[in-house]
Amino acid sequence: MEQALEDIGVLDVSQPQIYRDDSWRPLFARLRTEHPVYYCPESRSGPYWSISRYADIVRVDTDPLSFSSSHLHGGVTIEDRVAVSFMQMDAPMHTEKRKNVTAVVAPKSLAQMESMIRQRAGRVLDALPRNEDFDWVQNVSIELTSMMLATLFAYPIEQRQKLVHWSNVLTADLDDPESPIRTEAERQSGLQEFYLTMMELWQQRQKEEQSYDIISLLAHDEGVRSSSFDEICALFGLFLVGGNDTTRNSMSGGAWGFSEFPDQWRKLKADPKLAGNAAAEIIRYQTPVIYQRRTATREVELGSKTIAAGDKVVMWYISGNRDESVFEDADTLRVDRPNARQHTAFGMGPHRCLGARLAEMQLRILWEEVLARNLDIEILGPPTYAFSNLVRSPTSLRARIRG
Amino acid sequence: MQIIFRQAKAGECVVTAEAGDNLMHVALANDIAGIPGDCGGQCACGTCHVYINADWVERIGSVMPGSTEEAMIFGAPVDARPNSRLACQISLTPMCDGLIVEIPEEQ
Ligand code: HEM
Ligand code: FES
Repeated sequence: MEQALEDIGVLDVSQPQIYRDDSWRPLFARLRTEHPVYYCPESRSGPYWSISRYADIVRVDTDPLSFSSSHLHGGVTIEDRVAVSFMQMDAPMHTEKRKNVTAVVAPKSLAQMESMIRQRAGRVLDALPRNEDFDWVQNVSIELTSMMLATLFAYPIEQRQKLVHWSNVLTADLDDPESPIRTEAERQSGLQEFYLTMMELWQQRQKEEQSYDIISLLAHDEGVRSSSFDEICALFGLFLVGGNDTTRNSMSGGAWGFSEFPDQWRKLKADPKLAGNAAAEIIRYQTPVIYQRRTATREVELGSKTIAAGDKVVMWYISGNRDESVFEDADTLRVDRPNARQHTAFGMGPHRCLGARLAEMQLRILWEEVLARNLDIEILGPPTYAFSNLVRSPTSLRARIRG
Repeated sequence: MQIIFRQAKAGECVVTAEAGDNLMHVALANDIAGIPGDCGGQCACGTCHVYINADWVERIGSVMPGSTEEAMIFGAPVDARPNSRLACQISLTPMCDGLIVEIPEEQ
């Protein structure tokens, strides 16, 4: 161990800077080949293990008995947090609470959302300027996901910017020079407004007939109704970020990916049936959630290393999705990649993303609607990225539509 | 041996399989719609959810209470039923000849 450390210095892939600079690829390539299970002795959030290979990520994510998500150990982010949604719980509580909300993304609910999503996607695309520069992140990704978020929450569509703001507050990295908040306390007070607004909606929806939006489904669920105030708030937060940032970032990542690999855009155009697989591949390529953390509950042998009980273990999904032993030419976007769906971007195991199908549907619809309009999109340069080690979030992407 | 897949919309599809085959891989190899199997059979995605036909439940066995498979079934957006199983957790034996598997509408 000592020897290894001297060789490479400290490889701290938790530094948000490397995601802002988009310089993470060689670091993870090195971890995967030389130190697949790597103990990083120091970082701004203390020591932690980096898991960088696909197979090891699956191993950790599917063994919740050895690797806990519980908020009692600090939850699922590298720095301990005390949110209490089911994302930060283990079985049997996790299973129970998650079951309570699966209706939100049941096939029936998705079918009801599809036409509305398609309509709104069409409207956003039709409103884009022609032969004039614009920001794809602002005018397409944020615009569309915030509309979808408003749909999902049955929140007044004209006030959707508020949802975006709350989501930004929730995910902000406090060290980010551009962060809207500076302290954890500011985060909490910023979120108070969100929680109170949602609580009010939630109470109101309890009196109305059940509909397919998240607040209504949560309002009519016995299990949720009997939960604590904090827990219900955490649930709102989970769906806010889950339904917003991640999908937004895939919409930007896809636009950039197609501009890097124009042959892939032509392939999709020639065979629009590939749109579903392309959505999965875009999510792999972008990996909007960079990692999830677990805490070892007992001593575990992994890759000839011994992880001690209590250690933080970080699964770098972004690295699993670049593992060449699973994804050939992993840095290339391939809309017809046969195993695109096996990506790690949704996680693996009991916590695997609940909104996976909804996210894929939103992306598929966006690109189907671009195809239907035969838009000739030109991306004018690479995106800039947020200062965050948790969400891989393009902050701007200049674009122009010819025609 | 023969395996019969049934789906409300797509109808019935009879395919050939060998003892030792994995039910999810059999579905995939035969392009059976409705069993995406996103994780490739690692009991990690829950997208190979199927209902075992009532006549076969006893022979195939129910999901083990408290198992990962059970957690994955409960956590998936598709309706969990007493005869729910994950196809990737079923390894075919000679006595599975004629097995009838029902596929959820969408997953
Ligand atoms: C491309 C878009 C998305 C990506 C990349 C993504 C990624 C993730 C990841 C990595 C996890 C943790 C998995 C693990 O720990 O194994 C997760 C969990 C979750 N996601 Fe998503 N997500 C996306 C979209 C959505 C949407 C649209 C929703 C809203 C319906 C959503 C709701 C959730 C929920 C509720 C969980 C917690 C599941 C649990 O702990 O059991 N996600 N997601
Ligand atoms: S294929 Fe993923 S759980 Fe069966």
